[in-house]
Amino acid sequence: MAGVADWLDRRTGIRGLLHHALDEPIPGGARLAYVFGSGLLFLFLSQVITGVFLALYYVPSADHAHTTVAYIVKEVSSGSFIRSLHVYGSSAIIVVLLLHIGQTILFGSYKRYRELLWLAGCVLFALMLGMAFTGYLLPWDQKAYFATAVGTNILTELPVIGAWVKQFVRGGSDLGTLTISRFFVAHVFLLPAAIFAFVGAHVWLFRKAGAAGPPVPPRPGTTESFYPRQVLMDVAFTAVLILALGLLAWFVPAELGPEANAADTRFLPRPEWYYVPVFQWLKYWPGERALLGIVIIPAVLAALFAALPFIDRGSERRPWRRPFSVGGFAVVMAALVALGVQSHLQDERDPAIARQLTVQHDAVDAFMAEPFEPDVAAGSLRVENAALANPVAAHGKSVFGAQGCDACHGDDARGTDSAPSLVGVAGKYPNGQLRSLLKTPNARMSDGGMQPLDAPDPDVDALVAYLESLK
Amino acid sequence: METRRSFLGALLGLGTSAVGALLAIPLARFSLDPLWRTTSQVLWSDVGAAADFASASAPVKVQVAIEQRDGWRTVLSEKPVYIVKARDGRPRVLSAVCPHLGCSVGWNDTKGQFVCPCHNGAFAADGTLLSGPPPRGMDELDARVEGGRLQVRYQYFRQLVPTREVLA
Repeated sequence: MAGVADWLDRRTGIRGLLHHALDEPIPGGARLAYVFGSGLLFLFLSQVITGVFLALYYVPSADHAHTTVAYIVKEVSSGSFIRSLHVYGSSAIIVVLLLHIGQTILFGSYKRYRELLWLAGCVLFALMLGMAFTGYLLPWDQKAYFATAVGTNILTELPVIGAWVKQFVRGGSDLGTLTISRFFVAHVFLLPAAIFAFVGAHVWLFRKAGAAGPPVPPRPGTTESFYPRQVLMDVAFTAVLILALGLLAWFVPAELGPEANAADTRFLPRPEWYYVPVFQWLKYWPGERALLGIVIIPAVLAALFAALPFIDRGSERRPWRRPFSVGGFAVVMAALVALGVQSHLQDERDPAIARQLTVQHDAVDAFMAEPFEPDVAAGSLRVENAALANPVAAHGKSVFGAQGCDACHGDDARGTDSAPSLVGVAGKYPNGQLRSLLKTPNARMSDGGMQPLDAPDPDVDALVAYLESLK
Repeated sequence: METRRSFLGALLGLGTSAVGALLAIPLARFSLDPLWRTTSQVLWSDVGAAADFASASAPVKVQVAIEQRDGWRTVLSEKPVYIVKARDGRPRVLSAVCPHLGCSVGWNDTKGQFVCPCHNGAFAADGTLLSGPPPRGMDELDARVEGGRLQVRYQYFRQLVPTREVLA
C-alpha cells in the first residue's frame, strides 16, 4: 500500500496536493455554517452527471423533445428517478445557494481581499439562474412552453434593443424548435462551461484569501485544519442532501405535462417556485411603468448586491453592527417570500384562475397515467393518414386546420383539454347529422365554445369526409 | 493521532465509495436499458381475414403494414408478402424478398411459379427453389391466426447463404 502511494507520489505529487487540500487552516475551528459551499459543489456535480445521462435519450427539437422526455419518464428503467433527481436538484441548488449567500452576508466574509471571490460568486449565482431558466423549457410540455413564453417576453422591456434581444434568444419571433436548440446549447454547453470556469476561480480565490472564520475574532489556539472535522461536517451535509433528494425523487417523482400546444389560449403559465416572486412582481408594473419595475429596479438591486464588498468596506464583521447589508438582504428576502405568498393567495382566491389551474393539474395527472406513445418516424407510412388517400378527406384535413378546429380538437383531431376527440364521431352522427351539427352546433357544443362552421359547401363536404376517415 | 487520522480517512473513503456505488445503480440501469429491451421488436402485423385466403388456389400477394419500435419512435412501412396454402390447408406467409440479392419476387400465373425478375430465380408455389442462382427457397415468415385474422411477424433474412438466418 505504502509502496503504491510512494510510486504515485513520485510521479504526481499527490501527497502535497492532499496536504494542501486537507490541511487548510480554519480560524475559530470547523462549523456547520461552512458546509453550504461543499454542498453546492456536490449538487452541481450531481446535476452534471444526471444531465449527461438524460442526454442519452433526450432530443432537442420541437417534434421530439416531449416524446423523448416522456420515454425517459415512462419507459426507461430508473428514468423517472434520474429525471426527478435532476429536476429537484435544480431547486436544491437555489435553496443551498441562498443559504450560502445568507451565511456569507451574515458573517461578513466578503470583506478584505475577498471582493473578487464575492464577484465570482455573483456570476455563479447568475449562471445558476440561467441554468434553471434554460432547463425549464427543454421538456416542451405546456408549463415549460408558456412559462418560457412569459419569461422571454420580459426581454422586450429592455430599452432600444429589447425586441431584438427577444428574437435572438428565441431564434425567431415565436417559441419553436429553434428556441429549444438555443436553450439546449446554453444549458448543456455554454452555461456549464462557464460554471466550471467560475467554480474554479471561486475555489482558487477562496484558498488564496483563506477561510474567513467567524465574525468575532476567534480566541487564539482555536484554529483547526479542514480535515477532519470540517470534512466530516461537509460530508454529513452532503449525505443529508443525497437522502432528501433521493427520497423526494423516489416517492414524489417529477411530473411531465401534456405536450406544448401553442394554440391553447386558456393555459395559465406558472413558473417554478423560485421564479414565482419575480412573476408576481411583474404584475405590479404594467405599461409605461414597466421599464422602472422590470428593468431599472432589478438592475439597481443586482448592482448593489454585486458591489456589496465595495460599499460595506470597514473591518467590522459582526452582523448587528452592519445593519445596511444584513438588513438590506433580509428585507429583499422577506419581500421575495411575501411576493410568493401573495401570488399563491391570488391564485387561490380567484375562482376562475383556481378552476383553470385545477384543469391544468388534472391534465398533467391524466398524461402521466397514459402509457407511453411512441412517435411515428418521419417518412414512414402513417396508418391513420392512409385513410387520407382519399383526396377529398385530405383536403378536409387542411380545412380542419384552416378553420382553427385543431386549436381545440388537437392536430390529429384526437382532442385536448378544451374539446373532445373526434375519432369515430361520424359513427355517432350519420346521414348528414354531422354536417348540420357543424353548421349549427347543439347547446352542449356551444357551451363548450364550439363555433358554427362558416365555409363554402365544398369545404364542408371535405371536412365531413375527413371526419368520416377518423376511425 | 496519525493512526486515528488514517482510520477516519479509510472510513470516509469506504463510506463514500459505498454511497457512490449505491447511486451508480440507477445510472447503470438507465444507461443499460436498451440492452434488456428488444428495441427493434418485431410486432405482429395484420394481414387480413384468414377466411379470405382459405379459398385461394394460387399464392395471394398482400401489402402488409409493418410496425417496428425503434427506441421512442415507431417505424411504419409496407412490405409485400405472399400467402400460400400448406398441405394441411393452414396459411403460410412467404417473404417476397429474393434470398439471392433481395429483389422482389413475383408470381407468374401462367408458369405456376414464383420468378425473380433480376436473375431468373424460380420457386415452386410453396416457395421451394426450382432453378437459378438463389441459394435457398423463399423465406417463410412466422404467422398465426388470432380471432379469425391472419397475422405475420415480418423479418429480414441474410442473403446468399443456404440456410434461413434472421437479420436483427
